[in-house]
Amino acid sequence: MTRTTTPDETSAELAAIGVEGHSRSTFLLRSALLAGGVYGAAAVSPAVRTAFAQSSDAASEGNEKTDIIVLNFALVLEYLESTYYERGLKEVQGLSDDVKKLVTQIQKDEDAHVDALIQTVEQLGGTKAQRPKFDFSASYASQDTFLKTANTLEDTGVSAYNGAAPLLSVTEVKAAAGSIVQVEGRHAALIRLLREKDPSPQAFDVASKQADVLTAIKPFIVQG
Amino acid sequence: MPESLEAPRPVDASDHPDDQSSRRSLLRGLGLGGAGALAVVLSACGDDDTTDTSDATTSASPEDLPNKAATKENAAIPGKGDLQIVNYALTLEYLEADFYAQVIASGVIKDRKIADLAKEFGEQEQEHVEALLKTAKSLGKPAGKPKTNFESVLGAGPDKILQTAATVENLGAAAYLGQAPRIKDEEILAAALSIHTVEARHAAALNQAAGLPLVGDGGLSGSLPDGAFATPLSMKQVLKRIQPFLA
Repeated sequence: MTRTTTPDETSAELAAIGVEGHSRSTFLLRSALLAGGVYGAAAVSPAVRTAFAQSSDAASEGNEKTDIIVLNFALVLEYLESTYYERGLKEVQGLSDDVKKLVTQIQKDEDAHVDALIQTVEQLGGTKAQRPKFDFSASYASQDTFLKTANTLEDTGVSAYNGAAPLLSVTEVKAAAGSIVQVEGRHAALIRLLREKDPSPQAFDVASKQADVLTAIKPFIVQG
Repeated sequence: MPESLEAPRPVDASDHPDDQSSRRSLLRGLGLGGAGALAVVLSACGDDDTTDTSDATTSASPEDLPNKAATKENAAIPGKGDLQIVNYALTLEYLEADFYAQVIASGVIKDRKIADLAKEFGEQEQEHVEALLKTAKSLGKPAGKPKTNFESVLGAGPDKILQTAATVENLGAAAYLGQAPRIKDEEILAAALSIHTVEARHAAALNQAAGLPLVGDGGLSGSLPDGAFATPLSMKQVLKRIQPFLA
């Protein structure tokens, strides 16, 4: 459950969680390519296309346009989480009171994140990403499968924000992303405790590249 | 990255005069939108002149903010810029690691699950210490290990110990959140973020273990002390709150 690391390994770990090979421009290039990959080229909504189309400008400038793209990426994750819990509360049979209580609160938080991210994208002059069509039916078979996927989504959310936040330019947006990711980390721990799993399995949370995040969420997105 | 903390352009919420719900936006929801927005977030990142340290959202004018703190209450934290932030984090991690070590050594925690949690979290804090110490050395002179005194907590029994751990982890998470937007170096920021969410995990778990509410009232109590959006604390606010634990 606990890893032991020597100081040297810790130092290597610290370097590994940096953004090497994950510069703003490669992040944005991947964004543009992978948006098509996840949604299916034809299924990319006009709004998402618009947001991603700005990437060539943003890549060279590192400005608010970059922030809009990163925020829209976060928005898709929050749509996913919010929808997952909202439907799960209705569709999963036999949820315990503890699970209902926690999931109701988490759903409320994710919904607030969705609203906040949309407002922020618009305040920065961007166009919000549209809510994709989701299919979670495979995860709604039981409380156990429901919580297992919730665990994955929350840990993925943490790693996605941690990977993307260093690419942000506007100080207030960075602060806001930090404020949200802290809550995602808390959700992850609480869901893990319900599953009787270690709430904090690592000393350093992973920072995921966008490609890995997209791979993790792709099974839940209905291809157009 | 903005070149300096003075540089970022505040987002002007008045572009959206018809938008009643914009108070739920990130920028406003965190008190960051519109006039004085920058001041609020930066007041949590840097100095503030408030005497009420429970208030993380008191405005200060932006001109007052840059590093005045370094010359006053934060003088105890050596260095400036990223080095000072790393040394500040190092100081907090030393404190946390030491607390867990003393808790375990005391043998006061009899509940096996909670004792295991304390041991694991303590080991993770020690890993944070080692990583931050290396980073601080690479930037300049690292902060020394603070002399701590947890006698009153340890003597008060397991409930008090657990509540203190829960509070200290919430404090740690708020401290990292307060500094993250100030960090200039992208790699140091990435490292700080990867520690920040671990502090958040510790905090959520310990608040639950201590029987504290799921959602708090915006203070340092609860698994989700501020609901959907976590609140940062400034260096000054945090340093004041750890005073009782310093010898």
